[in-house]
Amino acid sequence: MSIREKFEITKKYSLLSYVLMTIGVLSVLLLYINYGSSEDEHDRSRFWASLLQNSVFFLLVVNAAMFFICTTILAWGGWATSFRRIPEAISSAVPVIGIICGAILLAIVFGGDHAIYHWTDTEHVKHDPILLHKSGFLNKTFFTVWTVLTIFLWWVLGKKIRSLSHSTDIGPMGVEVGKKFIWKNTIWAALFMIVFSLTVMSTIPWLWLMSIDAHWYSTMYSWYTFASTFVSGMALIALYVVYLKNKGYLEYTNQEHLHDLGKFMFGFSVFWTYLWFSQYMLIWYSNQPEETIYFQPRVNGVYKIVFFFSLIINFLGPLLLLMKRDAKRNYMTITLLAVLIIFGHWLDFFQMVHPGPSRDHVPMILYDLGIAAGFVGLIMFLTGRTLSKHALVPKYHPFFKESVIHHT
Amino acid sequence: MAVKKFIVGSFDDEAVLFPAVKQVRKSGYKIHDVFTPFPIHGLDKVMGLRDTSIHTAGFIYGITGTATALGFITWVATKDWPLNIGGKPFFSLPAWIPIIFELTVLFSAVGMVLTFCYLCQMAPFVKKDHFNLRSTDDLFVMALECTEKTNEKEAVAFLQNVGATDVVVDYKETEWWLGRYDKEIKIFEKGKQ
Repeated sequence: MSIREKFEITKKYSLLSYVLMTIGVLSVLLLYINYGSSEDEHDRSRFWASLLQNSVFFLLVVNAAMFFICTTILAWGGWATSFRRIPEAISSAVPVIGIICGAILLAIVFGGDHAIYHWTDTEHVKHDPILLHKSGFLNKTFFTVWTVLTIFLWWVLGKKIRSLSHSTDIGPMGVEVGKKFIWKNTIWAALFMIVFSLTVMSTIPWLWLMSIDAHWYSTMYSWYTFASTFVSGMALIALYVVYLKNKGYLEYTNQEHLHDLGKFMFGFSVFWTYLWFSQYMLIWYSNQPEETIYFQPRVNGVYKIVFFFSLIINFLGPLLLLMKRDAKRNYMTITLLAVLIIFGHWLDFFQMVHPGPSRDHVPMILYDLGIAAGFVGLIMFLTGRTLSKHALVPKYHPFFKESVIHHT
Repeated sequence: MAVKKFIVGSFDDEAVLFPAVKQVRKSGYKIHDVFTPFPIHGLDKVMGLRDTSIHTAGFIYGITGTATALGFITWVATKDWPLNIGGKPFFSLPAWIPIIFELTVLFSAVGMVLTFCYLCQMAPFVKKDHFNLRSTDDLFVMALECTEKTNEKEAVAFLQNVGATDVVVDYKETEWWLGRYDKEIKIFEKGKQ
């Protein structure tokens, strides 16, 4: 079988990414003019909350692609080898989006406004026993150091794992060299996994998102955020697999691989719901005022529609539409559900971030959608660029054959 | 009781079995079933079996479980014996979700196991004929069902030709029955005359 070596960016593809990025920039500008430059702190927070929501969500989604690579490396799983350049390319967006996200976060922390992060108000914290108690963790220094370090480590470790993968393109390797290569991969993937567990699976969602509701806490929160972004990341990978298959690339990737990607989308949608429910049910059951305060605007307040709508499209949609085997092997349903899942979890992030600064009314979602379009364009641009630089099929990877003969 | 006539070919190699199954199907013989000591990937496709419907059955059992749990708890907690528990409403859905989930899993799991056993005709005390007992050990056994038009000798020769190590003509009971092998053995002895 002949292999088309590299992805060639079509005019349509780059045009679309530029258009989306333009929409994003315009939305940011418009939002800045209408809200960001306002005299009112509440209005300004609306601007920053939108940037926070979008940048954090898309950063975690592209980073989830590297998490997927590392899990398959650590499990010595070969099935994903034939399309592993796609998650790698997606994760190459981490540096750029990471810098954007880090800049936004630090601007919010040091900008002087306290509407989003109440704990940045040092005067107030002195008289607030709860925040004072948390101030060992929730303070500007720790936030800055940990945020910068986190983004830097994702960047560096991801880059290392990508360059290891690209090093296979030189030519076939012998058994001994192959063993060493796999072992080296395992070590670096394990390091990434440690960093990932200390960041995405624990501290980062606490710092970046949960501290919006600084008085409130939930032990489920980080897992919940992780599940949300991981399932969106799998959906994004599936979208790219379908796109490249349609363009005639990825000769060795077929329905069997798509089926497994579909299983990931299905399984982690259910996992997300499990965490959603566990977080909700325990708080509902014990009914403590300091805990129910988080759900007050979401379940009984103005965010009710967004809250339950995101549950429907993130749970019922994938559950019922992806349950059948044929649906997971069908390019059409996978595409449809991948888009639905990414949108649904983006909407979920919307209701995680906005009720903090804007408790009494739902902000106009069109601005946020515009900014999201900008990030989608940016991801398209960066991913396409990386895809076009390296071979699409790592045909000399030691596990390549395993992926070719894979069937579910 | 439906005793039928079969031509039973035994194969000692998986690699011979696959092309043999293909050739047998191509030449129009009716394969009753192929018995193997272990599951073989792709054999179902070669034999032309349709996909199993057991997952559809599982879905229906699951839905039944959901409905049963929801219906029963609703009836108990709101109609039959309403209790005030921590000031929660009588109809308190979040607290019931775990039970509803458990019953969904229980119904679909048990239902599918029982359905599987029924389809494979497996149950305590149920007896089935084996075409060749070594199909549980080291032989791959293919049984062709004879119709009125089947030429016995030709079929035997054909099976030997495609690689069967041993071919016999046999009468077997296709359904299951309750009882003991040694007492019931005559039911298919009769068919041979």
